[in-house]
Amino acid sequence: MKKYFIALLIAVLPAAGFAAGAGPTLDKANINLGDTESLQRGARLFVNYCLSCHSASFMRYNRIGRDLGLSDDVLKSNLMFTTDKVGDVMETAMPAQDAKNWFGVTPPDLSVIARARGVDWLYTYLRGFYVDESRPFGVNNTVFPDVGMPHVLGELQGWQKPVYAEGKGDGATKVIERMELVKPGTMTPAEYDSAVRDLVNFLAYMGEPAKLERQRIGIWVMVFLAVFFVVAYLLKKEYWKDVH
Amino acid sequence: MSKMLISLRDWVDARFPLTETWNYHLAKYYAPKNFNFWYFFGSLALLVLVIQIVTGIFLTMNYKPDADLAFASVEYIMRDVNWGWLIRYLHSTGASAFFVVVYLHMFRGLMYGSYKKPRELLWIIGMIIYVVLMAEAFMGYLLPWGQMSYWGAQVIISLFGAIPYVGDALALWIRGDFVVSDATLNRFFAFHVIALPLVLVALVFVHIVALHAVGSNNPDGIEIKKNKGPDGVPLDGIPFHPYYTVKDIVGVVVFLMVFCAIVFFYPEMGGWFLEKDNFTPADPLKTPEHIVPLWYFTAFYAILRAVPDKFLGVVAMGGAIALLFVLPWLDRSPVKSIRYRGVLFKSALAVFTISFIGLAYLGTQPATPALTNLARVFAVLYFAFFLLMPIYSKLDKTKPVPERVTK
Repeated sequence: MKKYFIALLIAVLPAAGFAAGAGPTLDKANINLGDTESLQRGARLFVNYCLSCHSASFMRYNRIGRDLGLSDDVLKSNLMFTTDKVGDVMETAMPAQDAKNWFGVTPPDLSVIARARGVDWLYTYLRGFYVDESRPFGVNNTVFPDVGMPHVLGELQGWQKPVYAEGKGDGATKVIERMELVKPGTMTPAEYDSAVRDLVNFLAYMGEPAKLERQRIGIWVMVFLAVFFVVAYLLKKEYWKDVH
Repeated sequence: MSKMLISLRDWVDARFPLTETWNYHLAKYYAPKNFNFWYFFGSLALLVLVIQIVTGIFLTMNYKPDADLAFASVEYIMRDVNWGWLIRYLHSTGASAFFVVVYLHMFRGLMYGSYKKPRELLWIIGMIIYVVLMAEAFMGYLLPWGQMSYWGAQVIISLFGAIPYVGDALALWIRGDFVVSDATLNRFFAFHVIALPLVLVALVFVHIVALHAVGSNNPDGIEIKKNKGPDGVPLDGIPFHPYYTVKDIVGVVVFLMVFCAIVFFYPEMGGWFLEKDNFTPADPLKTPEHIVPLWYFTAFYAILRAVPDKFLGVVAMGGAIALLFVLPWLDRSPVKSIRYRGVLFKSALAVFTISFIGLAYLGTQPATPALTNLARVFAVLYFAFFLLMPIYSKLDKTKPVPERVTK
């Protein structure tokens, strides 16, 4: 019996590496959903920079207020530009058809983008815009080649150009070694990384607002089951002592 | 008070076989006393069925089977419905848990020869349950209307198109449209929430009736009914209730610990239970670069891809499942349990197990030439396990089976 278990384990192990998938290497976002101030900063960035084109149509303003400790007044004066009803979802002001004409594609809804893309991807993506004059908006992206989105956060990050690795790649595709800031933005690179982390943190929160509550309740469920196990096991033992 | 309850029971018993049914299926159903770890998964499958039905009812109250609304309604459940996230995660985790326990339940049957005479029909009913469960899971997976829901359904339904002559018409008939669309979503919803659950519950009932008629097998593969005491009770049998009810409660709690750990801390299971791509709404114009069915189908998907011809691939995939149905007649061994079988069967079962898991893994990977060749090797071994069974199970050197069950 044990032999079969071991054989099973050996056969299953290679599967553990799945789900990471191939693709460009991603930087770790290292977000912390428990950091409410980071989420608040992220929310502010989101409504100022993302919401003009993207919607988050599954997310209600007052849910953000409740989870992030913001009163309705704070919400209205700081986060809400397109509506004054706190129970509304986060719609964009931009008509979808206009957006399609301007960008070639309707900007996707961002409610669950963190679950579709992963936080590391978003963190790398938002820091990966570089100058590329061949593109309509003058920028390209390291993890999303030929992306239709302009570098909205350019005024914060500044504009960076790639430095290509010598002698790597096959000529047609060049390998980017690192980025060089050619025109600084209003933030230092460290500040910008931190701001993007806040924004990604907020996107992750938005992907699943109930996540922290889920984990908190989960601990009590596990404690309950542990106690139940002891009771159930003792009951079983009591009944079974006359069987063997 | 107790007098009143007794007279109530007698009143019911005079009109309905209540005590008789209770005794027949629980209090006087004698199960072998030597059940081990592997015998938990039958009752656990029943538990998961109940979880799926109950959570499914609550999901149905809030879900909209409409191509324009389905994706949003799932997110609405996750956010605006009280405890909606819990109900949804219980259901999505339950789907995978169902296959985990059913696969282990089936593996138990393979190990201890539970499909052999007199349990052939029990095994076949179980196999029908398995096939219906696959249909139920496949149709349920379309409902969130994410990219992987959509394209997974597109790929699987197109397999029917590979059948000569009637294929295209059949695929069209299944979809109700030329592509997977609102019409498909609606009919899959109907099948998923009404038709197939009814069939499943009926089959599970029949499965249990058949089990209680022939009696449970056990790790020794001995018929306990052959050794009865003077009172007609099998010497190695103990009443299912209370012995196995209290034991199964322990199993249930351990199962729930694993299950709840996933539900509360790891509901996506790293992309195995909830795929990343399914958080992007279905887009009929944009094919994901890598379409994979969920893990419980990937073994058969790997067999399908391993065959160069599409129609023959479909035949091989169907054959891989069909062979399980005739297992009772492929096995020519005089003994049931692996404990008393020889090295041939033990090796064959080990090779089969590794092949099945290997195929399941390969089905999740891109079909590169090297991996496809590996899948071909595993697929051949998978089929060899069944097709060569009449030979090696007969040649196998078995050990003498004891008269009574061992500890």
